[in-house]
Amino acid sequence: MQKYSDRLSYYVMILPGLVLLIAFTFVPLFYSVIAFQKFNPALGIQNSPWVGLENFLYIFRVRDAQQVFFNTVFIAVMKIILLELAAITFALLLNDLRFLRVKRAVQTMVYLPHFLSWVILAGILRTILARNGLLNDFLGLFGIGPVYFLGRPDVFPWVIILSDVWKEFGFEAILYLAALTAIDPTLYEVAELDGANRFQKMWYISVPGILPTIVLVASLSLGNILNAGFDQIFNLYSPIVYSTGDILDTYVYRVGLIQGQYSIGTAVGLLKTVVSLILIGISYWIAGKFANYRIF
Amino acid sequence: MITSKRLQDRLIDGLIALFLLTLGISTLLPLINTLAISLSERAAVSAGMVKLTPVGFNLTAYEYILQDMKFWRAFGISVLRVVLGGLLNFTLAVLTAFPLSRSEKAFPGRNIFIWMFVFGMILNVGIVPWYLTIAQYKLIDTIWALVLPGAVPIWNVIILMNFFRNIPKELDEAARIDGASPWQLLWHIYLPTSLPALATITLFSIVGHWNSFFDGLILMNNPDNYPLQTYIQQLVIADRPILHGGQAQLMVKLSNATLNAAKLFVAMIPILIIYPFLQRYFVKGIMLGAVKE
Repeated sequence: MQKYSDRLSYYVMILPGLVLLIAFTFVPLFYSVIAFQKFNPALGIQNSPWVGLENFLYIFRVRDAQQVFFNTVFIAVMKIILLELAAITFALLLNDLRFLRVKRAVQTMVYLPHFLSWVILAGILRTILARNGLLNDFLGLFGIGPVYFLGRPDVFPWVIILSDVWKEFGFEAILYLAALTAIDPTLYEVAELDGANRFQKMWYISVPGILPTIVLVASLSLGNILNAGFDQIFNLYSPIVYSTGDILDTYVYRVGLIQGQYSIGTAVGLLKTVVSLILIGISYWIAGKFANYRIF
Repeated sequence: MITSKRLQDRLIDGLIALFLLTLGISTLLPLINTLAISLSERAAVSAGMVKLTPVGFNLTAYEYILQDMKFWRAFGISVLRVVLGGLLNFTLAVLTAFPLSRSEKAFPGRNIFIWMFVFGMILNVGIVPWYLTIAQYKLIDTIWALVLPGAVPIWNVIILMNFFRNIPKELDEAARIDGASPWQLLWHIYLPTSLPALATITLFSIVGHWNSFFDGLILMNNPDNYPLQTYIQQLVIADRPILHGGQAQLMVKLSNATLNAAKLFVAMIPILIIYPFLQRYFVKGIMLGAVKE
């Protein structure tokens, strides 16, 4: 009998979570059918006219959407590459540092931006990147500038990519630092007896030691190549830089919610949802196969 | 030979330390610049003279913020959403993770449920249907719009579930023989042994709720209902004058830049206060997510 009352308890426990999951994830998924309608809020889902794939055909016709797709992938991929390179280099150097106090102080300093919101950081960056801001002052020392960082389409994507590296490289390094501490210290001792110098030890022991982590992060990143960072770009961009800075998420927000073209916004969003789902599926599969990673 | 090699080694040690310290400090320079601006006088800020130390030190901006009801109202809404949202996240994470940590035999349907949750996590529903759903539920302009849609933190559920599954089965079985119900098991054994994981996921929730601005922006029509991040976003980034209120009268002594910098800084303070805990738990927490076999 205990078995049945136990089961009942488990069902009672999971019920609230399940109801909320359905209400806020699966119901919106159902609402996505408006991508196949010419949705009119006054008529509602039941009475809005069905238009088949017209919204999707429209998306593929407009030049905007292609540019936006390119911007998204470009920014996301460059972010992943540069962020991981910075994090790996930083972790290797920090691991090599023998002064524990300095190590801890540096960690405290570089982890902080990760916890601050992009609203706050964008507010700060707008000041730093202004014509008479801190960064232009610094570049001025070398006779460069002033550069209009947030107003030049050719510069803007790099501002986004590099400011993301600034915010996240320290925190991203945690994974690699953990992998580095797991390396057997006798490997370094043996290498030292063989006359290996510091950088040889780094290259021949540390780097292979964190290779599984690099493979894992790289494969999981695949699921993120359509996420270029909405919060960040939304708070830093302006119409001047839409040509290179507008991404899928900001485009959906403007077209779907601001201009009220619900069906077009939903169609773009739905395409993104489906492609992301496939990419995440593939990335989990790769991570499981090559890095032995399982989420549960 | 040996001494010169050792000397060279020390030198490289010193150089790495110096490089990393410079890097660490540079990471914080933008924040220091903002703090300096918030403490400087109008003329110096307008002329772009303030770098890393305040020019014409004064606390006028902070005195102004102390009396700014719009700011504190938004601050209060943020505190409310952190408390309410944090409690909801915590309760739902525990209640969902515990049954999912059982075997399929003890809890039939467990495997289907876990796939539903994982599917829900990786499914990124578009913003438009998401908004329409919440509008349909009549949650717009209520605090529930900020806490209910994200009330089940699925990633935290998975972290906690993995943690629960690593708790020795012997504890479980001993309590079973004494006739403990699942509720008693959860309350007396699983929660007390999972404190580090619980602390981690709670901190995740607090930071997440404090930092979100976008839900406030699209789900609140009335600016009086904005949480702090949304209020700051509209004031500093979108530059919506509605929100300045009585700010204009003070402009003789203060510049907008100073006042905005001070607001940014005050909004950072709660994070700075919990930062020591964040550092202790997040660093562990980031590793909790993965299953080790």
